[in-house]
Amino acid sequence: MKQLFRTVWLWLDDRIGISVLLKPMKHIAPQDAKWWYVFGTATLIAFIVQVASGVALAFSFIPSSSQAYETLVFITNDAPFGSFLRGLHYYGASAMVLMVGAHMAQTFLFGSYKFPREMTWTTGVCLLGFTLAMGFTGQLLRWDQTAAWSVVVAAEQAGRVPLIGEWLAHFILGGNTIGGATLSRFFAIHVFVLPGIMFGFIGLHLWLVLRHGISEPPTAGKPVNPETYRKEYDELLKKSGRPFWPDLAWRDVIVCTALILTIALLAHFIGPPALDKPPDPSVLDADPRPDWYLLWYFALLALIPVSIEGYVMILMPVLLGLLLLIIPVLNHKGERAASRRPWAIAVVCLSVIMIGALWVQGQQSPWSPNFQALPLSEKVVGATSGPVFQGAQLFHDKACLNCHLIQGYGGRRGPDLTHIADKLTHDNMVIRIVNGGNNMPAFGSSLKPQEVEALVAFLQSRKRPLRPQDQSPMAQN
Amino acid sequence: MNENIADHSSLDVGTPEEISRRRFLEKLSIGLAGFCAAVVGIPLVGFIIAPLFRKPPAKWVTLGKVDEFQIGKTVSVPVVDSSSLPWAGITAKSAVWLRRENDSSFVVFSANCTHLGCPVRWMDGADLFMCPCHGGVYYKDGSVAAGPPPRPLVRYQVRVENGEVKMNPVVVPISTTL
Repeated sequence: MKQLFRTVWLWLDDRIGISVLLKPMKHIAPQDAKWWYVFGTATLIAFIVQVASGVALAFSFIPSSSQAYETLVFITNDAPFGSFLRGLHYYGASAMVLMVGAHMAQTFLFGSYKFPREMTWTTGVCLLGFTLAMGFTGQLLRWDQTAAWSVVVAAEQAGRVPLIGEWLAHFILGGNTIGGATLSRFFAIHVFVLPGIMFGFIGLHLWLVLRHGISEPPTAGKPVNPETYRKEYDELLKKSGRPFWPDLAWRDVIVCTALILTIALLAHFIGPPALDKPPDPSVLDADPRPDWYLLWYFALLALIPVSIEGYVMILMPVLLGLLLLIIPVLNHKGERAASRRPWAIAVVCLSVIMIGALWVQGQQSPWSPNFQALPLSEKVVGATSGPVFQGAQLFHDKACLNCHLIQGYGGRRGPDLTHIADKLTHDNMVIRIVNGGNNMPAFGSSLKPQEVEALVAFLQSRKRPLRPQDQSPMAQN
Repeated sequence: MNENIADHSSLDVGTPEEISRRRFLEKLSIGLAGFCAAVVGIPLVGFIIAPLFRKPPAKWVTLGKVDEFQIGKTVSVPVVDSSSLPWAGITAKSAVWLRRENDSSFVVFSANCTHLGCPVRWMDGADLFMCPCHGGVYYKDGSVAAGPPPRPLVRYQVRVENGEVKMNPVVVPISTTL
């Protein structure tokens, strides 16, 4: 029996050339390429998870603006393993974004982008862009209220591009407004166009890894010299190289197993992101937010000064993208070790801190009014009648509470007014309320004089409580 | 590693006639391939970008009878894009903010914030429109009160005809300010 299998295998291998196809797996690589080198494979595995789970989801998803939501509800609630598959696709996407980031940081810090691997880096940067584009278009296929408004936001953002902005915006919307054409176009882009391009670029990227070899870990004081590098690399491989499979690949297999297990556990125990309301653009009570991997950009758009906003929105991504693409052209030789390139460490740290800080801000979005602000409780107001009580009611009814905090209740868009009476006098308050200013609307035309007085009476009661040592001996008695 | 770089020298093997013939066949093949790509590609690109050439519908859409709207009130009015594709479903719907200023004057605002298009909400007590995304705020006349919006809320064309308030056109206004 064993002999029969062997004969069949040899015949198939001879006719198909399976061993030859798999030969690149055994290419010789530097033996020191250890745990730091697993992120590329992990990204590839996350991509394969995406392809597999995406194909499965496409069996039930109908990319029609009118029906997609119902199919998503079916997939999530009724289809066997549907919720798990949606989770797999979501956490797989998250893993892919994280692994691309880690892979990029590692190759940057190790100086692997230098000669002769410049184009390996550049194709990788393109793949980063495609990954983020997949993330955004994928979020839109979760065709709920957030998705529908996110298309509008994307179109408006594209509209700011000089000259062709309006053209781009209508391309994104699939017409003059959201409608029947919108979703099917994003589906085609997410499911056929981008993955097709990505297959090509991943193939090219892997081909370049084989063509130039896996970079050896850098050694401080051993700069890259394009004249001699290839010879030195060949000698290194001859001296201490090991076949990638299985001598080095086992670490990739372990990390990828952990990655897939993590994705599967998250998909099973936490599940996919909940569906928002149906994608009805006539419902204006919507609060669109991007998924976590673009939340930092959402925060950036809220925090940059208005005067330079257009440039940051359009020019910054373009310049950043171009800079990333041409880094290896600008800097293709010299030291590779991060210890000799402190600016490289600084760039990575600052990028992580910047994205992290913006992400935290995006989570809190203090610039957004709090539309859920409930009227202040009697305990907070401290009165059940009179001007203070009326002022507190007006503070809610006139939407002051949507933007200002009182003892932790309300919005964070404007200053916290819990102890405002310690800072502003009666007259200052009247001027602020009537005239607005400092990014606050003027309420002069929408408030009657007695309403202003009641509001100020409420705000004047917002004082820091007196501590015992501040109180007079009389009061203490 | 340069041995892998494409080697064109094999094209120069043979008699001058053979080389010339080879050059001709090479050009012919590349030319024909380009022609085939164009035959398939031009209609393909045209099909994909066709929505760009769809003109905004010139139809006036009825928002409701004049009497349905109270003077001084701002209300959201659902609008159905009559030119939408049959399978648009609920996405053919949208909404605008309508304000009746006096007996005969109506203002219809786009619900899209001019910053990045999120739906602004009318805060009735405060006489303000507020945007949930990046905190844009507008006064009741649509002018910017606070936040990042670069320009006032977009106003649609309005007319009153046979006792009905109508607007035109049903499009998402795109802010092209850089």
